Amino acid sequence: MKEIYLDNNATTRVDDAVFEEMRPYFCELYGNPSSMHFFGGQVQQKVNEARDRVAGLLGASTDEIIFTACGTESDNAAIRSAIEVFPERRHIITSRTEHPAVLTQCRNLARKGYRVTEIGVDNAGRLDMDEYRRVIDDDTAVVSFMWANNETGVIFPVEEAAEIAKSRGAMFHTDAVQAVGKIPINLKRSVIDMLSLSGHKLHAPKGTGVLYLRRGTQFRPFMVGGHQEKSRRAGTENSAGIIALGKACELAGIHMERENSQVRSLRDRLQEELMRLIPHSRVNGDGAERLPNTTSIAFEFVEGEAILLLLSEFGICASSGSACTSGSLEPSHVLRAMGVPFTCAHGSIRFSLSRFTTEAEIDTVIREMPPIIEKLRQMSPFGRGEK
Amino acid sequence: MWDYTPTVKEHFLNPRNVGEITDADAVGEVGSLACGDALKLFIKLDENKEKIVEAKFQTFGCASAIASSSALTEMVKGKTLDEALAITNKDIADFLGGLPEEKMHCSVMGQEALEVAIYRYRGMDIPEHDSEHDHGHAYPDHDGVIICKCFGITDSFLRKVIETNKLTTAEQVTHFTKAGGGCGGCIPKINELIAEINGSVVEEPRKRPEKLSNMKKMQLIQEVLEKDIRPLLWADGGDLELIDIDGSKVQVAFRKACAGCASSGNTARLVENKLRELVAEDVVVEEVAS
Repeated sequence: MKEIYLDNNATTRVDDAVFEEMRPYFCELYGNPSSMHFFGGQVQQKVNEARDRVAGLLGASTDEIIFTACGTESDNAAIRSAIEVFPERRHIITSRTEHPAVLTQCRNLARKGYRVTEIGVDNAGRLDMDEYRRVIDDDTAVVSFMWANNETGVIFPVEEAAEIAKSRGAMFHTDAVQAVGKIPINLKRSVIDMLSLSGHKLHAPKGTGVLYLRRGTQFRPFMVGGHQEKSRRAGTENSAGIIALGKACELAGIHMERENSQVRSLRDRLQEELMRLIPHSRVNGDGAERLPNTTSIAFEFVEGEAILLLLSEFGICASSGSACTSGSLEPSHVLRAMGVPFTCAHGSIRFSLSRFTTEAEIDTVIREMPPIIEKLRQMSPFGRGEK
Repeated sequence: MWDYTPTVKEHFLNPRNVGEITDADAVGEVGSLACGDALKLFIKLDENKEKIVEAKFQTFGCASAIASSSALTEMVKGKTLDEALAITNKDIADFLGGLPEEKMHCSVMGQEALEVAIYRYRGMDIPEHDSEHDHGHAYPDHDGVIICKCFGITDSFLRKVIETNKLTTAEQVTHFTKAGGGCGGCIPKINELIAEINGSVVEEPRKRPEKLSNMKKMQLIQEVLEKDIRPLLWADGGDLELIDIDGSKVQVAFRKACAGCASSGNTARLVENKLRELVAEDVVVEEVAS
């Protein structure tokens, strides 16, 4: 069965051109970029080119790019560094809808005596900037807000939030794993200190990530024991992965326009048609500024895992904020933070598109989805919306 | 992706006996929209009101909830009410070739709905539930107390599931009943229940003595650790060792699963609370390495 892949916020297909770019760096050009000989040196050149390409996509300088192994590593490194740089400051600010890579780290620090404030969101998933302005103080070491939410695609005003943090002398980090490659980013125009991104969310392979570190920002490395990445991230470079990530960033820049026109219009059509054809459904984060590729739709009275498995019968791959898919017992912390009622949270499905998504694929989903919801509602004791 | 057996998949994709029976003899409803799964079971008896001739269901829930409901309706057909009452959640899971442990609560929900239906039919008193977050567990022997506030689950219900499925850890209890899966505040109580059911008898609530000599105090601390606390930890695969007692300061080291456990801080507080309850109010527990 050919897959219809609408789960691009989970991971993406490696672009063919990206794969071709990295292919020689396994069996032929396998030298260590740190080596003195010509054989390592030619890899070093390609790693530098990749660094240029990543910097180009972000509007950054090459010396501000640190390659890591994943988005989670970058998030962890950024927050840990910030609190080590400001040992006298004991307050951390983040949001209730962060990815666990940030949230778990902050909650662990809370157990070690840090004061952690998780800023709330409104019903559309928008960050409560008033609360943020109220709680930030001179004790705040670091503020970490995601650029865009992985479940709903809702975009936070991180550039504005960064300016507020800087005015109080705090470090500002953004988890931009879902934003990079989908919306234009220009770090030259902002005061963001640190930004995390992940390669496999933008058509590069898994196991690649970047921590952007603004020039002049103090940093305490997470991985030590080598001079790589100017001693800011020790460990032999994943040269093939880095080269792939560079190519993926170059392609993301080229396709940015298309991501925001073609992908957006496919997403909009999917969303509008499903809302039109399926009663008792609503878009999570409707009304907020959102990524062009993401839509999270709540179908009342049915449960997400059952929807996903029936979609899977047609080759359609999506994901859910339901509790049952993760093995936990409560629905997604993001939807709960938004105050999405339990009746909707359990039946929320996320579709996340990419530049590889076709018109025909969207047509298939629009055709297959309504009978699936209908079938499950027929089966449900709440099916006709009596309760 | 869940590792569902072919039988679970088959019953999910082609569920048997979906729907309502308008002139049903017995109806059992458990769960709610709030907690993510709910099952309404309809049963029709033969003319002599002896055997089940028809069973139908409506389910809101995941694939394993739907498959468990479908399996249940197939299993009860042709059975007398007493025979049907003998069906355990484990029988439902076995019928499906097994369920992932995290999904065992789906089989429990099926068994529960069946019991509720039959008890209702027999005119036994079943308490009504009205809270939105109440899981709607209904038990006729419902003089039990709520253990898990998040999912509204009573000790009598937990007792039954722990015994039927021979559960030994709080995590298993969560997978089978959801209890403890919300805020987690009731996990110590679940551990107490497990310890009690699995043989370590918990006696009548004791009171701490009014006055204690130092010697008596040390003896009592040791006794409480041995009889009350270590069995709780064993249930989770953990243990502790008493290192020293200095006045009211009790030093312990955690062993096995408790050693290096992220929540050992909480466990230390649990130990402290128990000692304060049964020995003296001023006991302070300190975790020491070694």
